[in-house]
Amino acid sequence: MTPALEVSHLTTQFTSGSGKVTAVDDVSFAVMPGQVLGLVGESGSGKSVTLRSLLRLLPRTAQIEGRVIWQGQDLIGMSEKQLRSVRGGDISMIFQEPMTALNPVLPVWLQIDENLRTHTSLSASERVARARELMDLVGISDAPRRLLQYPHQFSGGMRQRVMIAIALASNPKLLLADEPTTALDVTIQDQILKLILSLRDKLAMSVVLVTHDLGVVATTCDHMAVMYAGRIVETGAVSSVFAQPSHAYTRGLLGSVPRAGTQRSQLLSIEGTPPSLSAIPKGCSFHPRCEFATDICRRSTPAMLPQSATHAAACFHSDRVIAAGSPVGAQ
Amino acid sequence: MTVALTRRPVLRLIPRPLLFGGILIGLSLVLAVFPAVFAPYDPIAFDYNALLAPPSRAHLMGTDNFGRDVLSRVIHAFTIDMQIAFFGTVFPFVIGTLVGALVGYAGGTADAVFGRVVDAVITFPFLVLVIAIVSVLGPGLVNMYIALGVVGWVFYARIIASEIKIQKRLDYADAGRAMGYTPMRIIFRHLLPNAITPGIVYLMTDMALAILLGSSLGYLGLGAQPPTAEWGVQIAEGKNFMSTAWWISVFPGIAIVLTGLGFSLIGDGMAELLRTRK
Repeated sequence: MTPALEVSHLTTQFTSGSGKVTAVDDVSFAVMPGQVLGLVGESGSGKSVTLRSLLRLLPRTAQIEGRVIWQGQDLIGMSEKQLRSVRGGDISMIFQEPMTALNPVLPVWLQIDENLRTHTSLSASERVARARELMDLVGISDAPRRLLQYPHQFSGGMRQRVMIAIALASNPKLLLADEPTTALDVTIQDQILKLILSLRDKLAMSVVLVTHDLGVVATTCDHMAVMYAGRIVETGAVSSVFAQPSHAYTRGLLGSVPRAGTQRSQLLSIEGTPPSLSAIPKGCSFHPRCEFATDICRRSTPAMLPQSATHAAACFHSDRVIAAGSPVGAQ
Repeated sequence: MTVALTRRPVLRLIPRPLLFGGILIGLSLVLAVFPAVFAPYDPIAFDYNALLAPPSRAHLMGTDNFGRDVLSRVIHAFTIDMQIAFFGTVFPFVIGTLVGALVGYAGGTADAVFGRVVDAVITFPFLVLVIAIVSVLGPGLVNMYIALGVVGWVFYARIIASEIKIQKRLDYADAGRAMGYTPMRIIFRHLLPNAITPGIVYLMTDMALAILLGSSLGYLGLGAQPPTAEWGVQIAEGKNFMSTAWWISVFPGIAIVLTGLGFSLIGDGMAELLRTRK
């Protein structure tokens, strides 16, 4: 099977006053058709920048290198104009804050209509019908009335549904979701994630989901990639990574999630804080916080090594990490 | 409770300044559109039997040195001074908004150049610059509008640009880009409607300033030309008679104060309304 999206050696740097800062460092991954990929990491790990780099949605100070192959075309080398037809057309994006991602002064139907006008050739009456259909699709009832309302008349969860409706207007084949549920409370979060999954099935889309919440990854993603300091440190099928974390950072992350229904045990925490992007440690960038670290970790950067057909990690001490066991056990 | 809330009288939701300002400007507009209905006499007809007559039953605001009825002239001047308020601000507003939106969105070099242009313009006192331009172009209302347009857009552009710079960083601007919309569409469809309110508040204040300026230029002989009834012109005509016939200058002056006050109050009221809404 050929991947829907293939990212290779993606590197994003920002030029700031004091020089260049590397936010995304040599990131490669692939998304299969219909697959949900979770990009996981702490704040500042570069997961959101990675997602935005795919569509080049970054300030002008950003330099993006590498290749993002979408249907045989490289999005990084594409002209702005070509890229605009891909953005919101084949590839759509939803954002973390449904409160601010909608234009406050335009009624909802206009915002859906705008995407339809840009990316489809539907007539005015077809667009109205499509807008109602989309509202049904994302589970907003009473579409004719709701379409005339403004974003402030919707609750947070409903706004995220509207955002999804706009993003889905032109039948995208890939949905990029930047922490779509972080700003929502837990019950709404669950509804939105279920909605995204059911839409994935209905519309046969792929999804790249950026999140810091491993619970979300466990319930929604097929594959996951763990990011630390701008690099992917471990990637694999979710079940495999959860059962056998092979990078000390992944293991630490998994250990820091509280779980109900098991015997009470002490939560693990990862000592220290993630490095600032302007002062990333030499060697394995995780070594100052790593309990497994040895001299080699301080000296050289580990390469991604396959653990199995679908699982790879960039750690010199995978064996010892695996031997230490998964803090969440077999799923 | 909800019933009580929805039935709350609309008048109480309007800030006081907006209400009073609205009444003043509403009345001014009525006078401006139908001056002949309210003015008892022809504003430019001479009456040599009533030269410099003090206020009386026949001439409520007295007459000037040509026997023209001051009240009628003040009323007819509403037409021209409200026009000045409109045309003196609409061009700066439109040009400034366009430039400000584009520059604010583009940022970088465009914004730096724009910043220097703004500095250069505001280095000169506003009135001096306008008078200089009108002197070059020649006196008259049209040239005055041109001068105001050339100078005044800077202030609007600065306000709108700084607002756009805030708005363009918000998620919905990113969302627009993520949907593949063109920069023009994002600027004018999405950002500008969210950025324009401070510009409109300033527009109201600016209308008051435009009336003052129009009158100043009229007074100096650079704006509306005699015998047109315009407050500044009237004040200039009356200045030689200040000690003997104060009414020629004072009543147009009161009209300037009241309309200026009206616009300022509307501006204040709108600012207040927007503050409480946020």
